[in-house]
Amino acid sequence: MSEGAEFSFDESEDGAARLVLTGPWLVSTVGKVDKELRELEGPVAALDLSHVSEIDTVGAWLACTLAGRLGADITGANERAARLLKAVESSSNEVQIEPPRLPIHLRVPQQVGKRVIATGHGIAAVLGFLGQIILGFGSLIRHPGRFRGKALVHQLELVGVNALPIIGLMSFLIGIVIAQQGAVQLAQFGAETLTVNLVGRITLRELGVLMTAIMVAGRSGSAFAAQLGTMKLTEEVDAMRTIGISPIEALVIPRILAATFMMLVLGFYSSVVAIIGGAVVGDMMLGIPFWTFLSRIQEVVPVHDMWVGLIKAPVFGLIVGLAGCYHGMQVEGNSEEVGKRTTMAVVSAIFAVIVLDAFFAVFFTEIGWG
Amino acid sequence: MHDDHRVPADHERFRGDYPVVVEGLVNRFGTQTVHEHLDLKVRRREILGVVGGSGTGKSVLMRSIIGLQQPTEGHIEVFNRSITDAEPDANIGVRNRWGVLFQGGALFSTLTVGENVEVPLRQFYPELSPELRREIARYKVLLSGLPEEAANKYPSELSGGMKKRAGLARALALDPELLFLDEPTAGLDPIGADKFDRLTKELQDTLGLTVFLITHDLDTLYAICDRVAVLADKRVIAVGTIPELLETGHPWIEEYFNGPRGRAAQGTQARTQARTGAES
Repeated sequence: MSEGAEFSFDESEDGAARLVLTGPWLVSTVGKVDKELRELEGPVAALDLSHVSEIDTVGAWLACTLAGRLGADITGANERAARLLKAVESSSNEVQIEPPRLPIHLRVPQQVGKRVIATGHGIAAVLGFLGQIILGFGSLIRHPGRFRGKALVHQLELVGVNALPIIGLMSFLIGIVIAQQGAVQLAQFGAETLTVNLVGRITLRELGVLMTAIMVAGRSGSAFAAQLGTMKLTEEVDAMRTIGISPIEALVIPRILAATFMMLVLGFYSSVVAIIGGAVVGDMMLGIPFWTFLSRIQEVVPVHDMWVGLIKAPVFGLIVGLAGCYHGMQVEGNSEEVGKRTTMAVVSAIFAVIVLDAFFAVFFTEIGWG
Repeated sequence: MHDDHRVPADHERFRGDYPVVVEGLVNRFGTQTVHEHLDLKVRRREILGVVGGSGTGKSVLMRSIIGLQQPTEGHIEVFNRSITDAEPDANIGVRNRWGVLFQGGALFSTLTVGENVEVPLRQFYPELSPELRREIARYKVLLSGLPEEAANKYPSELSGGMKKRAGLARALALDPELLFLDEPTAGLDPIGADKFDRLTKELQDTLGLTVFLITHDLDTLYAICDRVAVLADKRVIAVGTIPELLETGHPWIEEYFNGPRGRAAQGTQARTQARTGAES
């Protein structure tokens, strides 16, 4: 391995101290001596470079700052070193590299203030975004020719058709778990047969739609935010605007329509598959034949349970789509922002869905659909 | 030059004649052949301009040399060490001896310009103290011709030309011997492009760099390139100074250098030379 950069003191004839640098002074070798150099105290009359075997800009930089600090003259520089020193001399050293950072007692209130202001701006931006979408729908109704059928179909496939296997599997397993766990509890009252009611009502009213909304938020809401965010970063959105295509019409509305419509379909599909999962458990563990389980569902589940699910589903889909597209369109600056906005899209969508679900639960019970 | 296979010490500079040697390079993507038995040698301490029409594989050639693109066939050596025989991300001891400026700058968008320059320093020389690393980074930012305040700005706050300079600062972070520039002046205004050219030349002089420069800019070719390599027909059809290239009489070279733009650049060059001649 290589020798490192070294230095030593030398008394010259007139008694003044001279610092002699030896060995290679390169970025790869100066790491060790740097600390010692910083602790050196003057006065030093001269800095002798004639024994330096090799030097690069970093070595030259160190020599120059050292000479400046100790008030020394540089001597013995060969041609290359002299050229490097000249290049180095012209630069000063007072600039900050890191973004400026305040002391903590100022930083905390600053961050709080920023959050408050950002929340205010956020509310305004959400309202603005909703307004843009309503205007977008309005102009699409006036000019139906501008509607992007192909984009809508493509999104329907991405959001809906491609999600069928995973949502089916998830719902099937949830049906199995509800039936199996429910049966164990109901058996304590000798009411295993009520497992049918439990599975039918809970999946159609609540779980089918809720779990599907969470899955769609994770799958498609995040995809919307990441896609639109990347398109904003690469100026694709701006390019569209300059050509006269409204990004709201071309990008946002197809996605929101796809999420809304597909949630309706997927939510119902999820409930159906969950009931089938329950029926399988009924057949195998509770001695209720498969087809009997399904026909009992028709008898014990009121039709309004299905309506409850079908009314909630598109609302949840709308929220997931809006959150994904809104956060995607808010991306500005760098790639980190895309990640942050994608997370926010998913978290805010799931949060809003759960809050609204609680509201719906109370509302539907109050109007007599209990 | 193949007999010299000893591994040089960390700080040793390359003493051979050809830091980059490409032999029999073949690059194929599916059925499309980009390079067919391409040979190229880059001389030490020269600025080699690489030209060619769009789609002739200039960037692919550069990516092959720096090991980002595994070629279908052929052999590439950088500082006498084989790039093609190594695993794609293996430590072959040359990555700290070259600097690369990508077309768009390819700055890390979540770091400031200064922090961008610190990244290679941190990667290769973790023993450097944070203060020294910061000082080096600041100095390289200035060296690349950016104003001091640019060091703590994020790439998204910079203009296209400033991004290129910041990319150059990062490429120069480790005092490389070999510098790859992919269309450094594309998208710059003429004044900015001219400044960038002069900066490249100045750095090459001061730091003793070997520069591999992909460009479409005829002014750059006339102003700073020692030799020019022409990519066409999937090969390097000629390497040499511009007058040497014109002597080959190849139709593409004729068209390239003697087209209206080529003539304009030639004229500018002649005028500049006349002016400097008159001054001295």
